[in-house]
Amino acid sequence: MSKPTTYWAANLRLVAVCMTIWFVVSFGFGIILVEPLNEIRLGGFKLGFWFAQQGSIYVFVALIFFYAFRMKKLDKQFSVEE
Amino acid sequence: MTLKTLTYIVVGLTFLLYIGIAVWARAGSTKEFYVAGGGINPIANGMATAADWMSAASFISMAGLIAFMGYGGSVFLMGWTGGYVLLAMLLAPYLRKFGKFTVPEFIGDRYYSKAARIVAVVCLIIASVTYVIGQMKGIGVAFSRFLEVDYDLGLSIGMAIVFFYAVMGGMKGITYTQIAQYCVLILAYTIPAIFISLNLTGNPIPQLGLGSTMAGTDVFLLDKLDAVVRDLGFAEYTTNARISLTNMFMYTMSLMIGTAGLPHVIIRFFTVPKVKDARSSAGWALVFIAILYTTAPSVAAMARLNLMSTIEPTAGEYMRYEQRPDWVRNWERTGLLEFTDKNNDGRIQYSADATVNELTKVDNDIMVLANPEIAGLPNWVIALVAAGGLAAALSTAAGLLLAISSAISHDLLKGVLKPDISEKQELMASRIAMAGAIAAAGYLGFNPPDFAAGTVALAFGLAASSIFPALMMGIFSKRMNKQGAIAGMLAGISVTLLYVFQHKGVMFIESTSFLGDLSPNWFFGIEPNAFGAIGAIVNFTVAFGISSMTSAPPQEVQDLVEHIRVPAGAGAALADH
Repeated sequence: MSKPTTYWAANLRLVAVCMTIWFVVSFGFGIILVEPLNEIRLGGFKLGFWFAQQGSIYVFVALIFFYAFRMKKLDKQFSVEE
Repeated sequence: MTLKTLTYIVVGLTFLLYIGIAVWARAGSTKEFYVAGGGINPIANGMATAADWMSAASFISMAGLIAFMGYGGSVFLMGWTGGYVLLAMLLAPYLRKFGKFTVPEFIGDRYYSKAARIVAVVCLIIASVTYVIGQMKGIGVAFSRFLEVDYDLGLSIGMAIVFFYAVMGGMKGITYTQIAQYCVLILAYTIPAIFISLNLTGNPIPQLGLGSTMAGTDVFLLDKLDAVVRDLGFAEYTTNARISLTNMFMYTMSLMIGTAGLPHVIIRFFTVPKVKDARSSAGWALVFIAILYTTAPSVAAMARLNLMSTIEPTAGEYMRYEQRPDWVRNWERTGLLEFTDKNNDGRIQYSADATVNELTKVDNDIMVLANPEIAGLPNWVIALVAAGGLAAALSTAAGLLLAISSAISHDLLKGVLKPDISEKQELMASRIAMAGAIAAAGYLGFNPPDFAAGTVALAFGLAASSIFPALMMGIFSKRMNKQGAIAGMLAGISVTLLYVFQHKGVMFIESTSFLGDLSPNWFFGIEPNAFGAIGAIVNFTVAFGISSMTSAPPQEVQDLVEHIRVPAGAGAALADH
């Protein structure tokens, strides 16, 4: 495979991983699984409620920086950086 | 010093700051006017994006909405933040690499079609204009409430300020002003929240206070709130879903996709120097947004609890109307808080049962606006909240106006009508378009159309069902062609509009609604505001269907897609007509 094609495939894999986490913490933990998760407590929070109102947002922030960091390395590895 | 004088001073100082920035950051070229010269530091751009994004609604209304919806209010928290993940991974870096000035310009080039560009301009203008009406109203209301000037005069002052820095500085002036506005609004939001959290839980960090025990007891704050609202017959705060979990799922998805497709947010990522900056800048934007968005649920729960304990200081003992605290008296005067002593016992009963309930009106907005008074904070904090609300409304209005004016001067005039005008002429045209956009938005602010209240659904619905899918397919599918993209956009918009109109009335005129805004008539129980995600699915399906039946895009377009997928070789944002 040509270099740009492998670079793009690696990017797509990384995006797929990140989008899965994005979906699981918000739609999964915050909505679909909210009732069972609410049985678990995190201090004063019901866990499902916490994911819906705070936890998912923290994960979103971490995900974007993780993606930016991994892409910077990927850009270097394939020497396609600006 | 009276509160009013102090408010005038604080608001006046912030306005002087914005004007000072305008004079300093004048735009000398179209590149400075459209993308601030393309040299904005990613952290600074993140801060400007946060101010651009967080409107009067985020600042003033959101916590109040959550306070009364409880868990159901999470759709706004997740929906309005999760979109940045989509932006950072699916759109921003590639559009930055493309390196032009506007969103319709990408759609026009990628789909080798002026028609596609014009469809995009129309979507952009409808989405942005409906959004800007709300900001204009926010400016007028903030002025009249805090400075006790006329709504019309307040709106005029707000328009004059925006006119000054947006027409002179374009994106450059707007960016630096938004950074200042972010600082004002975040201080104004967090200071009262910190004190309220300290009062109730002894924890100065509101995010942690929400999960702490009430000061001096071992009862958790959220458990207490659940118990208090349950006793009065309301649904439990932490588990009360909005209509249904299916509806919450679709609503959250629509807000996320809509956020990622709103042009005034996307163009902010054209201002950073490099592709990697566009990625990290989205992260910084979300950091600055998250500071407010994770504080909001704490403000919501604590304000609800404060309201409850004001009305029912000890269990079973309701507040005597004659002994109501000062902040209640103050807000009663504004008409946002109303009591009716139905059983004439001199006390105010609060109940989910409408026949017994005597707290007859609590406007959502009070929950944030009255916070400093409830916490007994000094007057300068109240003045700062006024300046913060204005900063939130002004910064969002300016960002939207820039998206509108650049679509007119760059996409319609330079791109379609008169491609041979010089840069100097285009810069002049963009200033005139900006002035025109401000005048039009102001007109709509003075005469809000009947449909203003329903328009937020329309803005997000359109962005989600038309702009986001067209951009995403343009980057991730080399095979997507002109026919597919245009058919997809039109199908997405039509389905979304049809659904919103059939339940809310054509152009939101209620009598023309043919199915009524009733949940049994909703498709799978999905409320109209949550329909953008369905519109997006329709867009994707139609686009792939039509595109597979028609010829592949020309080679140079496929090369363009290859080109935007790798960061190497990007210059600063350019217009190469």
